[in-house]
Order: sequence, then C-alpha cells, then structure tokens
Amino acid sequence: MAGYLVRRVALAIGVLWAAFTVSFVVLYLLPGDPVATMASGGLDGEPMSPAALDALRARYGLDQPLIVQYGTRLWDALHGNFGASIQNGQDVGAAIREALPPTIQISLAGLAFAIVFGGAVALVATYTSVRWLRQLLMALPSLAVSLPVFWVGLMLVQLFSFQLGLLPSVGAKGPESLVLPAVTLGLPTGALVAQVLAKSLSDVLDEPYVVTARAKGVGRVAIHLRHALRNAALPALTVFGYVVGNLLAGSVVVETVFTRPGLGRLTVAAVGIQDIPVVQGIVVFAAAVFVAVNLLVDLIYPVLDPRIATGAVV
Amino acid sequence: MTELLIRESIGEAAPGSATAQPVAATRRERVVRALRFLGRRPGLVASIVFVVLVLVAAFVPSVLAPGDPNVGVPADKLQAPSAAHMFGTDYLGRDVYTRVVHGAALSLQATVIAVAVALVVGGLLGLLAGFVGRWVDEGLMRLVDVLMAIPAVLLSLALITALGYGTVKVAIAVGIASVANFARVMRAETLRIRQSTYVEAARSVGTRWYVTLRRHVLPNAAGPVLVLAVLEFGLAILAVSSLSFLGYGAPPPAPEWGSLIAEGRNYIAASWWLCAMPGFAIAATVLSVNRISRALDGEWSRAR
Repeated sequence: MAGYLVRRVALAIGVLWAAFTVSFVVLYLLPGDPVATMASGGLDGEPMSPAALDALRARYGLDQPLIVQYGTRLWDALHGNFGASIQNGQDVGAAIREALPPTIQISLAGLAFAIVFGGAVALVATYTSVRWLRQLLMALPSLAVSLPVFWVGLMLVQLFSFQLGLLPSVGAKGPESLVLPAVTLGLPTGALVAQVLAKSLSDVLDEPYVVTARAKGVGRVAIHLRHALRNAALPALTVFGYVVGNLLAGSVVVETVFTRPGLGRLTVAAVGIQDIPVVQGIVVFAAAVFVAVNLLVDLIYPVLDPRIATGAVV
Repeated sequence: MTELLIRESIGEAAPGSATAQPVAATRRERVVRALRFLGRRPGLVASIVFVVLVLVAAFVPSVLAPGDPNVGVPADKLQAPSAAHMFGTDYLGRDVYTRVVHGAALSLQATVIAVAVALVVGGLLGLLAGFVGRWVDEGLMRLVDVLMAIPAVLLSLALITALGYGTVKVAIAVGIASVANFARVMRAETLRIRQSTYVEAARSVGTRWYVTLRRHVLPNAAGPVLVLAVLEFGLAILAVSSLSFLGYGAPPPAPEWGSLIAEGRNYIAASWWLCAMPGFAIAATVLSVNRISRALDGEWSRAR
C-alpha cells in the first residue's frame, strides 16, 4: 500500500512538472518574442518603443537564455510563484485565489445538477421496461453533448429570464442567480455521468448476486437502488477527474454567458490581452486540480472497493 | 470525454470488422443492401442529407442563399422569422438565414483544419510510439497523459494566447488540443497490427521497415482512426464555435456560426432568433456528424 501511494504521488508530480513544461513551451517559446506579444496588448493596443520593450524584457527576465528562464520560472513555480500579471502587476497566485470562490460555487452547483440529472437518466433508463422511454433516455446524453454550451446558456436565459421572468439572466447575486449557470454547466457533465452510470448499471444488473436477490424475492426498486447502484457507482467514480476538468473548462464559457466573475472570466480576460503569466498560472492550476482529483480517486478506490486492496480475484 | 464516448464503440467495431468477410456480391445486390440499410434508418438518411446541405453551403453558398450576407436593409431590422426572412433579420436588417449559410464556410474550414492537424500530428505520434516502442513509446505516451490532464479548452486558449486571433489560428489551437486522442487510438492500432502474422511474414521475407509501415501497418490502422476523425469533427465544430463565440475567431462582419451567436447575444431579450438559429445549425451539424460516425463505426458490417 505504501509503495502504491509513493508511486501514485510521484506520477502526479511528474505530470504536473510536464504540464508546467508544456505550458512554458506553448506560451514562451511559440510566440518567438513573448514581450512583443504581450506589449502589443492583444488586438487594440498601442505599439511600444524598442527601448521600452528592452526594459520590459529585462524586467521579466526574458533577455536571459531560454534554459535559464525555464529554470528560474520552474524554481519560482515550485515556490508557488507564477510571476505577476502583465496587465496590472497583480501576483498570479493571488489573482487565481481571488477568482476561485465564484467558480467553485457554480462548479459545485453544476456538479450537483450533473449527478442528479445523470443519475436520474441512468437509473430510469435501466429500470423502465417501456421501450420508447428507455430509448429516449439513452439518446438524451448524446444529444446533450452535441449542443454548444454557450448556446444552451443563452437559450435558457431567453426562456427563463426574458420570456418567463423567473430567474435573473446575469450577475452573481443570490442563490437564484446560480440556477441557470449550474444547469448550463452541468448538462454536458451530467450526460457523461449518465452514459458511464447507465453502462455500468446494465453490466451490474447481469451479475449473479442480482439474480440471487431477485430469486429471493427482493423488489425491483430495492435491487436497483440498494444492490446495483452501490456497485455501479464505483466505475463512475473513475471519470471524476474528467468531470472536474470539464466543469473548470466549462466555466470559461458559462461565466462569459452569464457575466459572472470567476476563473473563467479571468482566463478570457487574460487571453484577450495576452497576459502570458496569468494564462500559464491557470493552465498549471487546472492540471493540478485534475491530477489531485485523480490521485484522490485512486486513493479512495481501494477503500470503497475492498477487492482491490486485498488483491482478491474479481 | 471523447475517449470515453468512443472507446466502447471502437471495442465493438474491431471484432465486427474482423468477422466481416468480403462477400462476393453483384452490383445489384449491393445496391439493394445499401437501400435496405438506409431505409431502416431514416435518422441516418436525414443526417446525410443535412451534412450534404452544409457542404453545399460551405462551397457554393449562393445556391442556398443568393443574397449578400453583409448587406442589410436597415428598414427591415430585427424582424422575427417569416416567409420573407426564414430565420429573421439582425440589427442591421441582414438576413440571418443568408448569414448562417455563408457562415458555414468559415466554420467548416476551421473544423477541417482542426481535425486535419489532430489527425496528422496525433496519428504520426501514435504510429511512432506504437512502431518504435521502448523509450520512444514511453516518452510519447507520458506527453499524451499530460495533454489529457489539461482541459482541452484551456490548452486551446493557451495556444491562442501564443498564436493570436483568427479562424486558422483557432483551428490549429483546437487541433493541437485534441492530438492526444488520435495518438492513443493510433498507438493501440499499431501495437495490435505489429503483432499480426502478416507483419511477421513481411519481416521474415526481408521487407524494409518503412515499406512494412506504409504497406501493412498504416492501411490497417487507418479504419478506427478515421472513425475517430469523423467523431472528432463534431467535437471540433463545438470547440471552434465556442472560441469564436468568445471572440477569438474571424473579425466582424464575416459571418461565422459562433460569432453570429455572440452578436445576437446583445439582442437576446427581444430577438431570440438571432442566437437560436445559428445554434440550431451547429447542433444539427454535430448531431448529423455523430450519427454518421456511428454508422461508419461497424453498423454497416454488423447489419446483415
């Protein structure tokens, strides 16, 4: 178990280091001259004088050889320092921390919706014996992932805010402003949950212990919820890393559509003015979240499924 | 997520296509079989028809919408859908239907570039990893793991930060972000084929490695990778339109599905059609492409 733990943590750190390196290559190597890119201020900035560019280059250490730059940045990143925003000089870590709470809010609300929606679809689809209902529910997830997220958000706003006047269209005030963003964000994620859960539920329902329970005279609902769901939920846990990554990535679009503050808006703003340190900070942060969630799932899994911990034959 | 959606179907496809022996059939029998296959699947027929329409819109938009997408009649601004303007008009009185039809070209161009980048780069990486093996395989697959750890949207946005704005740059960014999926599938296929008897036979008669690669490995590995490409096409449409919705794509007034929705957003309170119509076009294209990819993925060979 200890060896397993050490191996997993080492792997996670390796992925994180590589994510840092990839983002360094993309953001600092690819543009050729990051300072000129940053100083151009995106689409509508004033060009800077060569002297000012040199000063800026010296300030960000970009006049150093690449390998030195990489080393310095990696060393700083290891100390949690991703540099300062080009736009306002704010520390990148502080900017991300500041933007995080509203994003966590909609991500949790979106996750809750995704689990309820995905779980309900999967449970009803595998439970019902009505053929058309089953087919409809099975088709729902692939429909949900085919719709553009930003468009779904706008259509919900149009319907619930402007036609029916039930919910606010923009902003982050009060719990009711959370409903539409959460549904928008949770819909594709819920579809993923539904697909995975429906697959594993229908696998589990063929297991001998379900047949035994049925032979014993346990009711269908009880078999479904008490016997099958608990075992079927385990494989669904393995996609949790993707789910969290989806929610983080989805926040970029959802926060723009609903004009909410948060990490997504910070990302869009940073890309818009080509604020390289902020973008790198966010990319590494997202990779860190993904890696941490997967690590957590890996560690929890043996606890939830004792067959793995004891190495019993499955 | 892509990977999750496809893994299952590819798993099904492999045995299906392996057992599908080429039956000697006359042309007439083949036509009858194809018609019966399509006749039982009205959804598939509708999907094919729609994709053909989108392709026509992309290459010869004037056939479907003869008007100029950038010229409007200000007197007719913000009209709801009617017989004269099927999709309504925008704030400058431009016909939304014409703009959606003409927008297909840019959207599709970006999508094709994105898929091509992902297919070529990912395919080569996967081929290299699977064929060379050892440390090359190890290193490349670790790189793929890292690419999977960064959400695709964020990776695309990082690339856009570095490359700048524009339809082609957005397309490249989306393509690079989906390289990982192709690399994985290609590697798996290459590994499978490398162990087959005919590759062993080729090696034993002294075929050079690059000939083996080109004549034996590549053609046999191509199937699942191409199915993935069709599936990835739908996802790329979504990704490209998201990025152009965020404003990184073609500058206005060029019509592009994502930016049409972004434009319409300012008028959403009163004029729902400005956002709704381009969105339907995106959704219908993605659904059709996904349906066709499912049909290509072994449905044909399984249907008897």
